Amino acid sequence: MADETRGQLFFKAIFERNPITVLVLGICSALAVTGHMATALVMSVCLTMVTAVASSIISLLRERIPNTVRIGIQITIIATLVILVDQVLKAYFYELSRQLSIYVGLIITNCIVMGRAEGFAMSNPPDKAFLDGLGNGLGYSFILMSVAFCRELFGAGTLFGVTVLPLVSRDGWYQGNGLMLLPASAFFLVALLIWLLREIYPSQKERG
Amino acid sequence: MAKESTPKTVLTVLLLALVCSTLVAGTAVGLRDRQEANQRLDEMKNILVAADLYQSGADIEALFATVETRIVRLEDGSFVPPEELAPAEFNQLKAALDPELGRKLPADQDLAGLGRRENYSLVYLVRENGELAKVVLPIRGRGVWSMMFGYVALDRDLNTVAGATFYRHGETPGLGGEIENPRWLAGWQDKKIYDEEGQPALRVIKGEAPAGEEGRHRIDGISAATRTLDGVSDLLQFWFGDHGFKPFLERHRDGIMEEGGSDHGR
Repeated sequence: MADETRGQLFFKAIFERNPITVLVLGICSALAVTGHMATALVMSVCLTMVTAVASSIISLLRERIPNTVRIGIQITIIATLVILVDQVLKAYFYELSRQLSIYVGLIITNCIVMGRAEGFAMSNPPDKAFLDGLGNGLGYSFILMSVAFCRELFGAGTLFGVTVLPLVSRDGWYQGNGLMLLPASAFFLVALLIWLLREIYPSQKERG
Repeated sequence: MAKESTPKTVLTVLLLALVCSTLVAGTAVGLRDRQEANQRLDEMKNILVAADLYQSGADIEALFATVETRIVRLEDGSFVPPEELAPAEFNQLKAALDPELGRKLPADQDLAGLGRRENYSLVYLVRENGELAKVVLPIRGRGVWSMMFGYVALDRDLNTVAGATFYRHGETPGLGGEIENPRWLAGWQDKKIYDEEGQPALRVIKGEAPAGEEGRHRIDGISAATRTLDGVSDLLQFWFGDHGFKPFLERHRDGIMEEGGSDHGR
């Protein structure tokens, strides 16, 4: 890990070491907000911002954070950032903040943010931590958007709310897949993505 | 890692807490005006949605200006002249808590779990070519976790539901939170509030409401939202009952257009 270039660090976090498909972190929100692409996009942007900034700040302070209370301090920093994002959303993107409802608040407990803070930012310089946070955020976003694309397209026949496949119930020809509208369908889609990424990166497979 | 000593740890934690809380408090205060403006806009939008006047992308404030805002005395249902209480400055929720403008509800009357009820309520009149077309009434009541706020629009006969919205609540997203789902709310349309005896009869049932006449007082249930919907049924009972809008609706069932026109002085 130590001799990786910054570029590798960044891109590996998106695909090869993707937090959702390899570490299986952040599954809860991957199920919850992927019914529509618009909400998934906002959630992705928020989480990427929070992860990148939180990792940088924690990395900057890493020499000063007492080891005994480091988790508490990480949580405090992350929670502060999330509340700021939530407040800004409420002020400038009211409709979206209503749709995301509690999930923005739940970024605080999103394992990816904590995982990167504890696993990477605490032992690496700020610029690397920033890239790592950004990469992991984008990796999360990539999965979220892929899942949301399938769920919205096959469940509701729309993409970003624009009708692509006209539904039978609205005088079209497409019979919407009810399962795709339910959060549980994201399990199947995430599993398929894990399979796909493992075929591309055989190193992800367990030996034996 | 820093050298660890208890005072240093405590100091770090305190310092961090101070910085973080200043940031959070600063943002909350700094953005409050905008957030409240958004909330007011959202209320206007929901009134328009309930009355089926809303067009996406349209200027909400301009659209809302076509709606006539009035204040009624809930006790007898009469309109309060704007000189006495100005609708633009009237805060209904604060009024409920005010000793002069609100009163405590005894437990047997308090179907919606409000605790206190204001003596005056805002109502919104929608006119088409000068004639009353719809009345939008604010409703609220306790769900499982939270107070649920919404609007019900009634047709000219003051009995048929023209539309409904819920715009603020803290029910579980995906379960009780589905009360704000427009598809479910569309099912409220054309339902009748009062039965033959003039009692509020509209309520949400389990499962699907029967079609046609049989289901005219019944709204479809939502699975996994039963207790929230019980709250919705209760708040309908309350707000269309004797301590809600019933006196207002009965008083104006025949003549709202005349009175609305005559003391129209806005």
